[in-house]
Amino acid sequence: MAQPTDRMYTKTHEWVQVAGTEATVGITQYAQEQLGDVVFVELPPAGKQATRGGVLGNIESVKAVSEVFAPLAGEVVAANGELETHPELVNQDPYGKGWLVRLKASGAPADLMDAAAYERFLAEEGAH
Amino acid sequence: MTQTTLKRTPLYQCHVEAKARIVPFAGYEMPVQYTGVLEEHRVVRTSVGLFDVSHMGEIDVVGRRALDFVQLVTCNDASKLAVGRAQYSGLMTPRGTFVDDLLVHKVDDARYLLVVNAANKDKDYAYLCAQAAGFDGADVIDRSDDYAQIAVQGPRALETLQKLTQVNLSEIKYYRFVEGSVEKVATLIARTGYTGEDGFEVYVAPTEAPHIWHALLAAGRDAGIAPAGLGARDTLRFEACMPLYGNDIDDTTTPYEAGLGWIVKLEKGGFLGREALMRQQGAGIRRKLVGFEMVGRGIARHGHAIWSEGKKVGTVTSGTHAPTLGKALGMGYVPVELAQVGTPLEIEIRDQRVAARVVEMPFYRRARTS
Repeated sequence: MAQPTDRMYTKTHEWVQVAGTEATVGITQYAQEQLGDVVFVELPPAGKQATRGGVLGNIESVKAVSEVFAPLAGEVVAANGELETHPELVNQDPYGKGWLVRLKASGAPADLMDAAAYERFLAEEGAH
Repeated sequence: MTQTTLKRTPLYQCHVEAKARIVPFAGYEMPVQYTGVLEEHRVVRTSVGLFDVSHMGEIDVVGRRALDFVQLVTCNDASKLAVGRAQYSGLMTPRGTFVDDLLVHKVDDARYLLVVNAANKDKDYAYLCAQAAGFDGADVIDRSDDYAQIAVQGPRALETLQKLTQVNLSEIKYYRFVEGSVEKVATLIARTGYTGEDGFEVYVAPTEAPHIWHALLAAGRDAGIAPAGLGARDTLRFEACMPLYGNDIDDTTTPYEAGLGWIVKLEKGGFLGREALMRQQGAGIRRKLVGFEMVGRGIARHGHAIWSEGKKVGTVTSGTHAPTLGKALGMGYVPVELAQVGTPLEIEIRDQRVAARVVEMPFYRRARTS
């Protein structure tokens, strides 16, 4: 399926959308499909410093736990509180209401892919 | 995971056609989910779901002393079984721990059908053969490749299966079975299951399994039947607190510790593990399998440490979000003095200790209508 072109992607299946110094982070459609029904989302508190590639949070499906990695360094400005009571939003709307955290970016993003490159990456990984 | 060739059940193609996600499990390529674990779980609790459980092992004990042999290797009392009855039991080590848990079906005086866990089948068969080597009058036969097994589970399982058979299913009481036709195919129909719901397990020749599978899906269409995978099978059995071998019980745990003392019949006579179990019963157990619910936010998982008052006191054996109950629950072994309902515990989840408390088991019990 086509990925939104208004954001960038990581090889660990997060997306990041940068607006000025603020970056919104979530997981991709492919990631939520692989996880299955999300039942619990653990996100960092505001003020926490995230390092690029560091663990930003954890998403638990019925069967498994999966880590979310920070696509770039920054301070956590907000976490999506709605996921506390509605973790299924990650499945239903991973690119919208299922967003995870907002960061105040302190470093430039690196190693990110645009939508076309991410789709090629998924194809090479054998994911459809 | 070791790189061995994975086997496929006779229903593999049905799963591929249904777009199931296939995973390796117990040496088989098995469907873990079709549409999603939560939806499949809900369908089984509220209507009817269909499981391919062909990976389970079937082992026959045959011969004039078949009963004596079953009595020797299992802890429950198989002499209480009439023909057409099934019994939950344990295959025991001499230490009184589980080689496996299993169902013993009395087919006739000279034949007992043991249904064992897929992951343990080869181990069980070898163990049984070793015991049978010095035993006159009973033979052990691995029949696993002769049977496919389909579980039809849920409150509407009976009406669904009834459409395909002349057998009066309402006359088959819980933990009983009959030989009868389904779709004109010879089967063994047992009123057993691993979901906490009413339901049946249908044993059939592998070549006939796809036909029966499709016929069941058609028969249950009005009820909203759906195939359900290993994911839902696990959450369903978990809510009902039915133990999973390798998680909640294994060859280091005894039936008494696991809360399964009701399957140990010390008075039946000699059996493997009896002396060890007698000693444990006399001395009392030191640890016990308990259920707990999370008080703080988090989901306990198999392998997480259990803490109490600053000390590590045990390990989580199973844990997940319980879909029907809508909360995070778990099971694990703790010292008996911490086993009372209400006792506060802490579960170590990713370096943090999260509050939990002991609750009653089973977590879920269906409302019985019959």
